[in-house]
This record gives sequence, structure tokens and C-alpha cells, in this order.
Amino acid sequence: MSGGERPYTLVAELTYRCPLRCVYCSNPLDYARQGEELDTATWIRVLGEAEDLGVVQLNLTGGEPLVRDDLEAIVAEARRLDLYTNLITSGVPLRRERLARLRALGLDNVQISIQDTEAGPSDRIAGRRSFDRKLVVAGWVKELGFPLTLNTVLHRENLDHVEAVIALAERLGADRLELANAQYLGWALPNRAALLPSRAQLARAREVAAAARQRLRGQMEVLFVTPDYYTDLPKACMDGWGRRFIVLSPSGLALPCHAAHTLPGLRFDSVRDRPLADIWRDSAGFGAFRGEDWMPEPCRSCERRSIDFGGCRCQAYHLTGNAAVTDPTCQYAPDHALIEAARREAEEPQPASLIYRSARESERWGGMGVERRSLPPISK
Amino acid sequence: MGATGSAGHVISAETRFRLAAKTRLRFDRKSSRYMLLYPERGLLLNPTAADVLQRCDGERTVGSIVAELARQYGHDVPKVEREVLDFLQTMADRGLVQATE
Repeated sequence: MSGGERPYTLVAELTYRCPLRCVYCSNPLDYARQGEELDTATWIRVLGEAEDLGVVQLNLTGGEPLVRDDLEAIVAEARRLDLYTNLITSGVPLRRERLARLRALGLDNVQISIQDTEAGPSDRIAGRRSFDRKLVVAGWVKELGFPLTLNTVLHRENLDHVEAVIALAERLGADRLELANAQYLGWALPNRAALLPSRAQLARAREVAAAARQRLRGQMEVLFVTPDYYTDLPKACMDGWGRRFIVLSPSGLALPCHAAHTLPGLRFDSVRDRPLADIWRDSAGFGAFRGEDWMPEPCRSCERRSIDFGGCRCQAYHLTGNAAVTDPTCQYAPDHALIEAARREAEEPQPASLIYRSARESERWGGMGVERRSLPPISK
Repeated sequence: MGATGSAGHVISAETRFRLAAKTRLRFDRKSSRYMLLYPERGLLLNPTAADVLQRCDGERTVGSIVAELARQYGHDVPKVEREVLDFLQTMADRGLVQATE
């Protein structure tokens, strides 16, 4: 199948640089070894190409997008193209004047990450002091009239604080609260033992979130995203490979998801070399897992194949070494025992030692060749 | 007749709605339809839904929107009213339109 569908969303990863060192960062482990960042002119060109293809949503993310001093130029162009533009930020490097400028240029929404409900545990996960600053910045977002999304990544250490997270979001006047459990890819995978919650912990938090969603209906949207490890049926990762999303890496690779370039043997093209429309329609990388032709059993004959598209290719690869197998989080997957083993482990007390995202760590992962080989053993 | 709206509001013919701050209405060239965009999501609107949302300007009442659309479509007021109230109820529950005081 070629790219018959249109992309709706461009996820623009403007940079992998970030002041935070979050232990579940979804950037690739070898982010420090990726190429040079795109320049302003190329970003501007690509926004136009994306809009031509049908893109209506733009997520400006990273890393920390605010470290790019051309963010204003990018936002202005997005507005000119009538894209709905969401800034996804740690909030840390933001100044009030800059935020006001972005508002005037037409930025639509600001999403700030909050790691926990108090400075101590929040800063521990982020790997630096940042919590107090985030609250100040969230206040400016509302004062300047932006809609505010708060995003809290959930895991073993903060799942029991979900009620307090919701209270904090209410206090800050958030319009949307994403309670998104960590997914075990990127930096979260080597930190999995410390982060993966127990089943009971997850169930309690889900109940709290469901009650809040009901209570706050029409006022604050409350989203609860279950970790794939506990869903039993895989999610429709990115709404299907090459169906709705284009992720643009900082160096210009056009990708079906933010980790696709960690899969070996796939060729992804750069917007430096080819127009985005050509890449979307017929690049080898976008074609690799589009549609159903690539599917193995049990996906191929499964009635859910057009619902979940076989799940997450990156999860398949990083757990089994083969990107073309059924996502192991699926209860029907031949490799589902890997997930069951991880869940059993999560029922036991776990060491709380964490690997922080850093350029030095990243060089280490990248330097060891295939990412998977350098990971701690998955099963047992 | 009213229905329960967001945050305890009762939707009636006198209610005025405006689009929530987080939303933006945009015409989509690919589908030749309007879209309501908001963080991470979007709704592709059918023509009636677009007609209603374009009139949610904080000035018009639900009653006047109904009257206007009934005239435009050549339909009975009660039929249009039922559809418009149901639609706005759903949109209010999702926080996409807000009743003004």
C-alpha cells in the first residue's frame, strides 16, 4: 500500500537538546549521535510541504523546543498556514516576555510536563531542579490566555499521587490533563525495573482518574493512558504506521514515529534531500509497515488488525530483536511471555536506581552498536 | 426544555455558546469540510455541525441559531432544535464549547 491516506499531524522534534534529564525520555538512547539540526529555512519550507499534504496539527517538541531561537519564526509560519500549533515544553527555559511574543504570533496551546506533585520527587525524575519553575510558567500560560495542557508521565514512583496531580492541575487551571503512563521505549526501557508499576497500583490510579474525568466533565479533559504492558491488546501505535503522523527528527529524518530510526535495516529519508510528499508516498521506511502486507500471524488473520495495526513496531524490535513480529504486549503474541515476566517482576520490590538521560550516557549507548544489545536482559 | 450542560449549565433556547479557547475552526481543502481543531485532536465536521459552530459566537442564543438554520434548511423548528441541542450538549461535555454567563 502506498501513501493513499493523508497525514494530519506533524510532530516537529526541533532539537534533542533539553535542560532536563528525565529517566523515561522518549528520545532515542543514542540521541547525541544523531546529525546536525535543521536550519530555520528548511523548517519553514517543510511546514508548507506538510500543510500541502494535509497536515492540520503541528506539535513543536523535542528535546526542549525553546532552546531553538527560531521558534518564533516557526510559530509565525505555522500560523500563516493555519496549522493548530501546540508547544510541548518542560517550561524551564521560558521567560514571560517570550511566551507573550509566542501568543501574539498565534501559538494555540502550551503543554507543560510536571513530573510529580512536589519538588523533591519531581526533580529526582527530571534529574535537575525544575518543579518550582514549572509552576510559575504554568501560571503565565493561563495569565496570557493560552489553553494549558499538563502532562504527567506516570510510573511506579508517582502513580500513587494521581489524586494530588489532579488537584494541582485544577489549581493551575489546566484545560487538559494527560496522565500518561510511561511506555517502555527510549530511556524508559533501561529504567524499566524502577519504573514499571504493579497491577494494583495501576488499577487504583485508573479509578481515581475515571472519577475525576466524570467530576470535571466539560471543564478539564482528563486523559489516562495505560502502559502497553498492561493493556493485553496492543494500542494502535501512531494510529498505524504511516497513516496519520509524520515525525520529523531534529536532523530532518521524516519518520512514522519518534523512535522509528532506532529500527535497523530501514531506510528513512531526510527532508534535506527529498520533498516531504515524496517521502510520505513512497519512501522505503514509510512503506515498511504500512497496511497489512507485512503482518505475521497471529496479526494477519486477527480481526483486530485494522484496529491496532499490529501494535508498536519499536516495542516489537526492542523486546525481541525483530521489528516485524506481533507487538509482545498483545496477549496473542508469541513473545507475550516477555511482558508477563516484566509484570511479575513489578509485583516485587525493586531497586530505585535510575539511569538519567545525558549526552555522556547517550554516547555510551550509541557507541555500543545495536541499541538492543546494550540493554539489560529483558526476561527473568 | 433544557438538558444538563457543562458544569451544571442547563442548555435552553436562551443559552449563548462560544467555542472553547482551546479550539480553532478551520476549513480543510482536502475534504472540503470544516474541522474543529484542539490539542492532539480534531473533528471533521458535517455541514450542519459546521453551521452550528460557526454561529457559536457568544452573541447568538441557541434559539436564534435554531431559527436561522430551520429557515436555511427549510426544516421544522422542533426537529432542528432537537438536533442542535443534542449536538451542543455533546460538544459542551467534551469542553469544546462553553456557555457564556
